[in-house]
Amino acid sequence: MSHAPLKLEAAGVKLAFYNERMKRQLVVLGGIDLTVREGELVSIVGPSGCGKSTFLSAVDGLVKVNGGTIKVDGKTVSAPGPDRAMVFQQDSLFPWRTVLRNVMYGLELQKRLSKDEMRKRASDLVELVGLGGFAEHYPHELSGGMRQRVNIARALAPDPELLLLDEPFAALDAQTREFMQVELLKILARAKKTALFITHQIDEAIILSHRVAVFSARPARIKALIDIDLPAARTLEVKLSPRFRELQDHIWRLIQEESAPMAKVG
Amino acid sequence: MTVTPADENLIGDDADTAAPTTSRWRRNENLVLGLVSVIAFLIFWESSAAFGWANPLFTSSPSRIVAAGYEMFADGSIWPDLAVSAEEFVLGYGLAVIVGVPLGILMGWYSRLNAVLDPFVNALYATPRIALMPLIIIWFGIDLSAKIAIIFLSTVFPILVNTMTGVRTIERDFIKVARSFGASDGQLFLTVALPSSVPNLLTGLRLGLGHALIGIVVGEMYGASAGIGFMMQTAGATFQTDKVMVGIIIIAAVGMGLTHVLKMIERKYDVWRPDHHG
Repeated sequence: MSHAPLKLEAAGVKLAFYNERMKRQLVVLGGIDLTVREGELVSIVGPSGCGKSTFLSAVDGLVKVNGGTIKVDGKTVSAPGPDRAMVFQQDSLFPWRTVLRNVMYGLELQKRLSKDEMRKRASDLVELVGLGGFAEHYPHELSGGMRQRVNIARALAPDPELLLLDEPFAALDAQTREFMQVELLKILARAKKTALFITHQIDEAIILSHRVAVFSARPARIKALIDIDLPAARTLEVKLSPRFRELQDHIWRLIQEESAPMAKVG
Repeated sequence: MTVTPADENLIGDDADTAAPTTSRWRRNENLVLGLVSVIAFLIFWESSAAFGWANPLFTSSPSRIVAAGYEMFADGSIWPDLAVSAEEFVLGYGLAVIVGVPLGILMGWYSRLNAVLDPFVNALYATPRIALMPLIIIWFGIDLSAKIAIIFLSTVFPILVNTMTGVRTIERDFIKVARSFGASDGQLFLTVALPSSVPNLLTGLRLGLGHALIGIVVGEMYGASAGIGFMMQTAGATFQTDKVMVGIIIIAAVGMGLTHVLKMIERKYDVWRPDHHG
């Protein structure tokens, strides 16, 4: 892994908003340095409101940064592009489109493929995420877990280099979430993708990732980068191993250190 | 990993279906009660004329209305009136759709256009359109164009305002998704704004329908030489209560029928209304 080429290079990424209510500049990202190698899955955890999602939006190109650079495959990011795709929370599927047409959405915008090619690619992806037979269903007919599979397939459709997942399983019940974590690992292995994953669940971050980045409280910096030295082929059993517990405890303490001062202020 | 049954989404819409085992009986019970009350009313109405409790010259009776209706259709005297009213309706309502839907979409999409037109739309929407009838007679006379004008004015605002609301209340998440996939402004409009405003648009079309029927009757009663409203007006002036009743029933039936059709189309799209999400 350490010799794989760099997929994402973020250097000194700074971002500030003007907050209307507080009538002052709010620095959200205080200089983020983060690299992700090809084939790697890196998770970002941190205290709530620390700017994890904002960083992901910046990588996607939805938000402009004030300082530093974000490069994907060596090209500087300035707007959303086909080399990146975002997996949103479950209610972001278009309710008026069937599963297949939701997955086709990105392809339709790009107009690279013919109608038949788009349908072929989309139905292959619907199979890949394990929803063969549900292509003509509407999102409201699916369970939360199934909707998230569609969401992942929709992001994979334009064949992005980098997959960005913004707390994709946050709205799922605990059982479905655990199941989807394992499924995501399988899907990413099959699709051979690099991914940046945001979560507020430490166990989720550990089980999915090669590395976990812990963000500090706002203005966010990388407080720690932790290598997850667990076996590569992961199942839910890994949660029972002592090493898993150690990592979980370590990351929890890091986040606590950041949350405590905020609690005093707030 | 199970499929959520489509029924589950309907529970929120209709409290009556909360318990699936009792819902079928309860729905039938309501139907039976409704039917019984209507039949009882018709018997009471017919008896009141038959036993001399009320003067049928004023109240008519179900059998007299059926007879009058049969005669009007059999001798063909009603067809010209129906044809005239239908023509007014199709042209007035059609024009309102052609103008109201695109203008509503544009006003929902471009906030500047909305700012410019909003005072007029608001003022006219709040004014009872019937109050404009004298003006319309001055401008258009009493021929077909006056009826089209009043039906158009009655109908265009509910359609326009609802379509506009639909476009303006797009969920921000959908916009974010579209932008993330690199959608241009035009693509955002075609792939998100238009489809997500369909349910509101249909509501507008249904509300407009009722207003259009009012427009027909009022327009024709004000001054006309043919049409269902005109027929009712002349029948009323000559105490032909049975004929007036036939006209009322025709208008009511058309209104209920068309509303039902639009409601069925609406229900098809209802499941994906943003506020119906689980």
